[in-house]
Amino acid sequence: MRLSELPQGSDAVVQEVENMSEGDPIARRLRDYGFVRGEPVRLVGRGPIGADPLLVQIGFTRFALRRAEAARVIIEPTA
Amino acid sequence: MSESVATLRLALVGNPNCGKTALFNQLTGGRQKVANYAGVTVERKEGRFSAPSGRSFQLLDLPGAYSLEAASPDEVITRDVCLGHFPGETAPDAIVCVADATNLRLHLRFVLEVRRLGRPMVLALNMMDAARRRGIRIDVPKLEAALGIPVVETVAVQRGGAADLIARLDRELPAVAEFKSGNDLHAEVRAMLADAVSMPRRTAEIDDAIDRIVLHPMLGLGLLAVIMFLIFQAVFSWAAPLMEGIEAGVAFVGAWVGTGLASMPMLRSLVVDGIFAGVGGVLVFLPQILILFLFILALEESGYLPRAAFLLDRLMLKAGLTGRSFIPLLSSFACAIPGIMATRSIQDPRDRLTTILIAPLMTCSARLPVYALLIAAFIPDRSIAGIFNLQGVVLFTLYVAGIVSALGVAWVIKLLRRDKSEHALLMELPSYRIPHPRDIAIGLWERANIFLKRVGGIILSLTIILWFLSSFPGAPEGATEPAINYSFAGTLGHWLHAVFAPIGFNWQICIALVPGIAAREVAVSSLATVYALSGHEEGLQAIVASQWSLATALSLLAWYVFAPMCLSTLATVRRETNSWRQVWIMTGYLFALAYVASLLTYQIARAVSA
Repeated sequence: MRLSELPQGSDAVVQEVENMSEGDPIARRLRDYGFVRGEPVRLVGRGPIGADPLLVQIGFTRFALRRAEAARVIIEPTA
Repeated sequence: MSESVATLRLALVGNPNCGKTALFNQLTGGRQKVANYAGVTVERKEGRFSAPSGRSFQLLDLPGAYSLEAASPDEVITRDVCLGHFPGETAPDAIVCVADATNLRLHLRFVLEVRRLGRPMVLALNMMDAARRRGIRIDVPKLEAALGIPVVETVAVQRGGAADLIARLDRELPAVAEFKSGNDLHAEVRAMLADAVSMPRRTAEIDDAIDRIVLHPMLGLGLLAVIMFLIFQAVFSWAAPLMEGIEAGVAFVGAWVGTGLASMPMLRSLVVDGIFAGVGGVLVFLPQILILFLFILALEESGYLPRAAFLLDRLMLKAGLTGRSFIPLLSSFACAIPGIMATRSIQDPRDRLTTILIAPLMTCSARLPVYALLIAAFIPDRSIAGIFNLQGVVLFTLYVAGIVSALGVAWVIKLLRRDKSEHALLMELPSYRIPHPRDIAIGLWERANIFLKRVGGIILSLTIILWFLSSFPGAPEGATEPAINYSFAGTLGHWLHAVFAPIGFNWQICIALVPGIAAREVAVSSLATVYALSGHEEGLQAIVASQWSLATALSLLAWYVFAPMCLSTLATVRRETNSWRQVWIMTGYLFALAYVASLLTYQIARAVSA
């Protein structure tokens, strides 16, 4: 499952961040932000127009990610 | 000097939103020097402070960075200065790395990256007050042992909140041990957190509660609209008395100086009609700019700005912009200069450039005098549909025309751009904070300084050039026309008339356009001069109403929606983009849009009224 498909208010654990292109700078930045294997992540909210961007909690920090950005993050939903 | 030998050069680094700038202000107070790094438009801030022992320190505030594997021009500078690779900057003697004590999962990773550089360093655990309030407990000795560098607690927004940091810097910093940092900095951070930090909750409850309202799809947008409305109200109503005061003050001093120079008419004309009138016409916007920045800085410090960007990102993305473009564009309604300066917060250089290019299409307040004159003269003051005032509707339409064309231009830029790679949003929404008055005051002082320097430099020189063009050569003996008609500006106006006749401008308008280049609203006073010196006694509004056709008036209104007639803005674009090419692109496209819009307006209005 991808982070962009996670229902609002749900928790998950990051598996990995996929590169969309060679040396994908966005994927690299996501990893810097803490989107790395085993990290708990939560979809806190969504933007008012077209449910984009997504409001994501990772570590102790909240980030706004566009759907295309969040789609790079492969996750495992927690029950 | 013996003092400079002992001065320790420090670099302040840290993640964005770690309170680094507040700590910088706390340490250095007002003793700051703001400039740009050589060749780039990233702000370089340097300050000094001394320890109680008398030892002095020189502190460089490096741009906030998430990683030393740089992804933005700001981060390149932070990395290169730390490494001593940046041309013109010597490597710092020591690094002060700042981390938000409430956000260590993110910030410690950066600390580890900085530690790899192998330079003497201190970690400042900032915002310890907020951490204690949230029940976060940090075992500093344990963290110190794990990191192998000195760790001190700071509260940048509290008096004396950096005393421990200063005391630590005053002692010898330990040599940096060899670190066996592996490749997995994240794992290392997790281990340190598990060992030395206990945290009852991952986020602050208050942040969650505020975000539920501020980011709510309905409430959030409503709140944003209210905040925008309040800012507009303040910029236009609070500033009015101050602007009148500046106008009156400049006029008074101008008149006083004028009396003193009465024996030298040429010099008197230069000083009074040129410098005082021209520079005063720009200076008058200082109150609006400061009030606008007061709000922007307060919103920025409080953590609201990224929320506004979050709410509007999708909307702006459709036009090829980003949510971060919103505030610069909003600022441009007061004046494009602070708007363009505010684009520094946009990280993607392409998004930043697009925002700069369309900023002049937001109706700035300098256009209001022109709009007010023409609307009062030509648009009947009657109500339509019982509730709307026709004059108000026309004014509103002019604003909307600017916004719609700005979105259109942004969309075209998106189509034309060769680099189609994905633009990133990837934006942190920091914890909410109560803005500190000291930080806002220092921020306002910096903006005022930038603006005033520009007024004193480029705007002053251009004003003198325009005065020269409008005053020489003087009128011949027995001339009946106004003197400006015989000047270079007058000649230029007559030439321009050939170009502008198809869009309905008469020669008087064309002449007024020339000095209007310095500042848009000067066109009104120039028109007044041209007509007054032609022997017209009535007020300008009456003259315009009786001598111009409606088509001409509408055409001039359309012209002003687009016209690139503000040298100060163009000078700002040159400074911010470091490129003449962008200045020419902007001038060219605005001129083309203005001409086409006026041509259509004039020809259609004539056809309809005929």
